[in-house]
Amino acid sequence: MWERLIEEAPRFFGYYNLVFLGKAALATVALSALGCIIGIVLGSLVALLRLTTRLPLAPLRWIAALYTEIFRRVPFLVTLMLVFFAFQLSKVDLPMFWVAAVSVTLIASAFLAEIVRAGFESVHRNQWDAAAAMNFGLLDTVRYVVLPQAWRIILPPAFGFFVLFIKDTALASQIGVIELTFAGKVLNNKGFSAVLVFGTILVAYFLVSWPLSRLGKHLEQRLASPRHQRP
Amino acid sequence: MPRLVINGLEARYGSLKVLDGIDLDVASGDVVGLIGPSGSGKSTILRTLVGLTPPAAGSVEIDGEHIDYAKPGDVRRLRDRLAIVFQQYNLFQNMTVLQNVMIAPTKIKKRAAAEVREEAVRLLAKVGLADKLDRYPDELSGGQQQRVAIARALALRPEILLLDEVTAALDPELVSEVLDTIRVLAREGMTMLIVSHEMGFIREVSKEVVFMDAGRVVERGTPAKIFDAPEEARTRDFVSKILRH
Amino acid sequence: MLDYTFQFGQIVPYLPRLLDGAVVALELAVLSFCGGLLLGTVGAALLTFAGGVVRRIIGWYVSFFTNTPQLVQIYFLYFALPDMGIVLSSFTAVLLGMTLNAGAYLTEIQRAGFESRRQSEMEAAEVLGFSRVQQIRYVILPHVARVLFPPLSNHFILMTLGTSMAAVFGVEELTGQALNINSVTFRSLEIFSVTALLYIAVTLVASALLAVIGTTVFRARMRMF
Repeated sequence: MWERLIEEAPRFFGYYNLVFLGKAALATVALSALGCIIGIVLGSLVALLRLTTRLPLAPLRWIAALYTEIFRRVPFLVTLMLVFFAFQLSKVDLPMFWVAAVSVTLIASAFLAEIVRAGFESVHRNQWDAAAAMNFGLLDTVRYVVLPQAWRIILPPAFGFFVLFIKDTALASQIGVIELTFAGKVLNNKGFSAVLVFGTILVAYFLVSWPLSRLGKHLEQRLASPRHQRP
Repeated sequence: MPRLVINGLEARYGSLKVLDGIDLDVASGDVVGLIGPSGSGKSTILRTLVGLTPPAAGSVEIDGEHIDYAKPGDVRRLRDRLAIVFQQYNLFQNMTVLQNVMIAPTKIKKRAAAEVREEAVRLLAKVGLADKLDRYPDELSGGQQQRVAIARALALRPEILLLDEVTAALDPELVSEVLDTIRVLAREGMTMLIVSHEMGFIREVSKEVVFMDAGRVVERGTPAKIFDAPEEARTRDFVSKILRH
Repeated sequence: MLDYTFQFGQIVPYLPRLLDGAVVALELAVLSFCGGLLLGTVGAALLTFAGGVVRRIIGWYVSFFTNTPQLVQIYFLYFALPDMGIVLSSFTAVLLGMTLNAGAYLTEIQRAGFESRRQSEMEAAEVLGFSRVQQIRYVILPHVARVLFPPLSNHFILMTLGTSMAAVFGVEELTGQALNINSVTFRSLEIFSVTALLYIAVTLVASALLAVIGTTVFRARMRMF
């Protein structure tokens, strides 16, 4: 086996393959980043909806709760298949990257909605009371009082979720998105040995994910320190 | 004509009736003191009045205008006229002292920032905190925080000020600085509804004292009547216990 | 999707196969969770008590498996190991991959629990007359279990969802069965929405059971939703 690896390696780590892998790694990060950025916006909206109290908004509240419950209990692969076939049947010709991005967004919104909600709930009840008594509406309360206090609670787990999802997007290879895992399959099909190919792919993921998760831990410690809690 | 009229007010926490038919009126310029044992519903009256705990029954009128707590518009108009100061101060932790006082007038009432700032600085000077404008709440003592909270409430230019056990969370040596601030307001003719355990203070500033127990008004009258010659046995019992220590 | 009519009738005959798949998915989840728990307990214990080299090796293991995708880990086991003369069936490869992966995450989760032990140990020391064994039995273990039960339950639910990637290797668990049925009936949306509902149902039941066990047996603070 070793002879084969040594023989293949120079060809495998050639210029074109490295560029191919680099682009694939970029797609992997972009997929998760895109889904999580849109996801935190939509997730905040969902979390906000769940905080409304007015009676006419009750159906929306209900839908928001159902949404977070459902999409956190369906595997990424199944959501991916549903989105894939839904686009196929609606004859919308969307590149596979975007099909996967929609799936990531759907799931990320649900998980991030819960993270945002937990952040909102971490702000003491008396802050909400004071705002309400001074005639702040829900949006003003969140904007001026709650978010400035909750963001440091929300950011670390949200970032952690983004890093976690970088690895989950490996499943997007199943519908043909050219990201890291798919690149591995392509190179394996070209005849490179599986040890070399998938070993390299694993290392590539590690090189992307490890620094980001370290950054996340650093972020968490920084934001959690009792001093410098100023906005 | 009385400014605030409460009739048959009821409130519940689950199946527990915490307010059981409260009648109360507060005339313009009056200070009304609410006293009673813990859990008698005094604080709930204030929370219900500003719409933080929805009433189960009864009516609230301000200057003859009936307030329907199910209507957001009614509650909003009501909160334009009432301000509440909480036991735990409830200052916004993410804002400086000055920002705490300015936020509602500028962002909610949309008044000009320069004018509000001037007023805020004046109010903070009045409560003795002119040198703390740029401090954050967690850098202040409890008494200082509570005085900021009073300035913040006053900046709303309320017609009636509700004070909910504002000294109960304070260390004993900090109580008087807050009470002094309220005395000044009483002298200036601010209409106030005060819930407190500071009997000497209540007796001193109130025009009328209301004694509550188990969600009901037991007895009401002048401070002299309630503290020196109560008619009801329960009032007598409470007052004698409180005054004994 | 405007002209699409759902025809759930066509997939009714295949429901038993989906249910079989759900059972396989649960099997995979339970087996790999138990294996992972064992690995994680040993890993966390070594991280807490062992010396430098062992600790560093465990640290590498956790870092590697938590920073690479489970799917690619299984790819490696399934496609690369044969080059080294080790041939695994797809089920075994998936099970092994999930177990190793779970072991890494559960090491990390349990390490946090083990660390919270220190304080409770101090409190326990103050309880006069307790022998060391009694301290562990009556104070430390219940405390650690109480702290660890919620995050472990949470990870089990995530692992149950994670079993769906076994389909990629042809294992006939829930998603695998769905793919099979899809290739026969082509009622994709119906099949995958029913599959999604089954995952929701299975994880809801599992969450509820775990919440009941957690609150009654371990007095853990848990909420079901």
